[in-house]
Amino acid sequence: MQKFKEFIIEKLILISGLASIFFVILIFLFLLKEGLALFKFVNPGQFLFGKNWYPISEPAQLEILPLILGSLLVTLGAAVISIPIGVGCAIFIAEVSPPSIKEILKAGIELLAAIPSVVLGFIGMVTLVPWVKNIFQLPTGLTAVSGSIMLAFMAMPTIVSIAEDALYSVPKSYKEGALALGSTKWQAIYRVLLPAASSGIFAAVMLGLGRVIGETMAVMMITGNAAVIPKSILQPVRTLTATIAAEMGEAVVGSEHYFALFAIGIVLFVVSFMINVTADLFLHRKKI
Amino acid sequence: MVKIKIEVLNIWFDAFQVLKEINLEIYENEILSIIGPSNSGKTTFLRMLNRMNELENGFKMTGRVELDHKNIKMLDAQFLRKKVGMVFALPLPLPLTIFENVAYGARIHGEKNKKNLEKIVEEALKKAYLWEEVKDRLNTSAFKLSGGQQQRLCIARTLAVEPELLLFDEPCSGLDPISTAKVEQAMLELKESYTIVLVTNNVKQAARVGDRTAFFLNGELIEIDKTAKMFTAPLDKRTDDYIRGKFG
Amino acid sequence: MNSKKTEKIAFFVLFLATLLIILPVGLVVCIIIQKGFPAMTWQFLTDIPRQGMRAGGIFPALVGTIYIVFGAILFALPIGLGAAIYLSEYTKEHFLNRLIKLAIVNLAGVPSVVYGLFGFAFFVIFFKFGASILSGSLTLAIMILPIIITASREALESVPYSFREVSYSLGASKWQTIRHIVLGNAIPGILTGTILGVGRAAGETAPILFTVAAFYLPQLPKTIFDQAMALPYHLYVISTQVPNVDEKIRYGTALVLLILVFFMNLVAIVIRTQFRKKKKW
Repeated sequence: MQKFKEFIIEKLILISGLASIFFVILIFLFLLKEGLALFKFVNPGQFLFGKNWYPISEPAQLEILPLILGSLLVTLGAAVISIPIGVGCAIFIAEVSPPSIKEILKAGIELLAAIPSVVLGFIGMVTLVPWVKNIFQLPTGLTAVSGSIMLAFMAMPTIVSIAEDALYSVPKSYKEGALALGSTKWQAIYRVLLPAASSGIFAAVMLGLGRVIGETMAVMMITGNAAVIPKSILQPVRTLTATIAAEMGEAVVGSEHYFALFAIGIVLFVVSFMINVTADLFLHRKKI
Repeated sequence: MVKIKIEVLNIWFDAFQVLKEINLEIYENEILSIIGPSNSGKTTFLRMLNRMNELENGFKMTGRVELDHKNIKMLDAQFLRKKVGMVFALPLPLPLTIFENVAYGARIHGEKNKKNLEKIVEEALKKAYLWEEVKDRLNTSAFKLSGGQQQRLCIARTLAVEPELLLFDEPCSGLDPISTAKVEQAMLELKESYTIVLVTNNVKQAARVGDRTAFFLNGELIEIDKTAKMFTAPLDKRTDDYIRGKFG
Repeated sequence: MNSKKTEKIAFFVLFLATLLIILPVGLVVCIIIQKGFPAMTWQFLTDIPRQGMRAGGIFPALVGTIYIVFGAILFALPIGLGAAIYLSEYTKEHFLNRLIKLAIVNLAGVPSVVYGLFGFAFFVIFFKFGASILSGSLTLAIMILPIIITASREALESVPYSFREVSYSLGASKWQTIRHIVLGNAIPGILTGTILGVGRAAGETAPILFTVAAFYLPQLPKTIFDQAMALPYHLYVISTQVPNVDEKIRYGTALVLLILVFFMNLVAIVIRTQFRKKKKW
């Protein structure tokens, strides 16, 4: 009886263990199931590289290049802002700040990570957007650059905490060796510590950018959502994620538009899959 | 009476051979001390007797080990471990109260009656010479006890599942001389009703409590004999050197 | 320029970078508290939205969020805990272990809106649950699974191996050892992970957009097959979809959401520090 009970429990545990694999496959299969139907109507090349996204015109034009470029532009902007600041902050927390302040700073970063994206989107709308509008003298502040700033901010917790872990896990002896040779703390940091932690920092950046590409609500609320190919970062753009969130409600189940939104989902899934696998490889690369 | 019989025992961890061609017998109600320098396979030998080695990766074993004329490989591991209790090198109380530490094994084996459990705990603690010291605070954390008390608690915990054979793995390595004396006294009393195998790094301890002593070196059994004989006239020079402290 | 001076400048720049993150965080929290606080009345929390959501309270959204999150935990906790036990107790250094970890990493990285798509196609359409609390909770459950698994696994692995050894040596089976020795000592860590998952689930919008969230639904849901309003979606609606909503109501809603999420995190942090203090090994 006892043995039988344990047998059942162990099988349940095994099933739970396999659940994650099952869900990843299930998500991908259902995206494929709904998304691939689109290619009966549009060929994949045209879908990815065509310039017109007019889902409700007759006939619908479902080409996502403007959305891809929108996502890329916002992500690139966010990367430019968040990488130097995030890595700088990680170095400061890991190596420079006194221990008493360190805990406060870490709590601040955790606080940021906890703020829901819709709240940040709302705050961005009422503070950042008018600010961008006034500074650049624009007709609207709902632009790519607003989105980039907001997303950079949202990527910070990921970048800072993982990069800090990477710096922290460099053996102390490395730094002490450099210090013993008479270099300053800063020289030890950028000549010894940073190279030694580079693969972890790279993973941190990748995961931060993964967060940025997948972010939906804040982006939808502050980038203006114009599905045209952006010419400057001071124009409204529309990202892949925002398109799904904004249009899924209106798309008729089984329509080309509906299939196209799932096809966008496939693109996002594949991109985030590649980012995460790459980051994971770098995180678990044998340390030196 | 032979309690344990070991024939041509070999043990590997991955490619490394830890024990080589061991043959020996352990008699009922004796204390067999096992001495030898570290990494000579003593602990692996001990953990083979209750099949704890199986929990590690890369473990491989050949040969035959009998408990009461039954091959231990054929026994249920949980049943075997109930019969063959073990006390570890460091005092390892579970993060429970004193009472629950001792009652744990009995509960695992299905004892639910509170009165019975109380009786089991009291008897076990008495046998381990700990009852008088803890009887008024059975419900406090086991971590509040001193190191020596913790080790006797671990002995009581082992006794509570009513084993027939007791394995001690350097039980005094972390203890002061007074605590060590108490643990040794407990062992000598326990020998009346149990068979004891004691692994120790302390040659003097082996001389004090062991009826017989076995000397292991690099995974081989060099010599086994009555303790008195072994410490006065060992047959092998290496045994002599080790006992005299020339290496170790 | 000498190296001491370079170091000073470098450290100052690093300090500025840190300030650039921390200050806005403080600012955001302060603005929301300052402007949202006046809206915080008992009526705001317990009344239904009125006048096209331009007045009244947020009660249905608050209750909806609590239902949805509770449902998500109900599904995610047993599976997440089981998976954590499997990873930490059953498959050490095993190919399957690597594969599961990779799946978890990817599950954690899937964009939240893709969860929304999946939840819609799988639960709403395929299983015909419709847009309902059940669909929304299941979708969120899969999303927070990685958080719960990761935290629980760390908690389980922090229980010293020697405790397990002692238990086995007394003749306990694997499951008895896990049940009596490992789980009991890992509970604080598991709880922390679960609460962090709750916090995450409470604030997410994209996964519930098409699986449960109702634009406006003044009465409370009666069964798990009903739609429900949800706080994050409500904030989205009143800040972008409904014109001329009083600023006070928007900030008030943001503040309630923020308090809900921060409270969860605070509880998690308190449990963690308490546990560290009491840890006996």
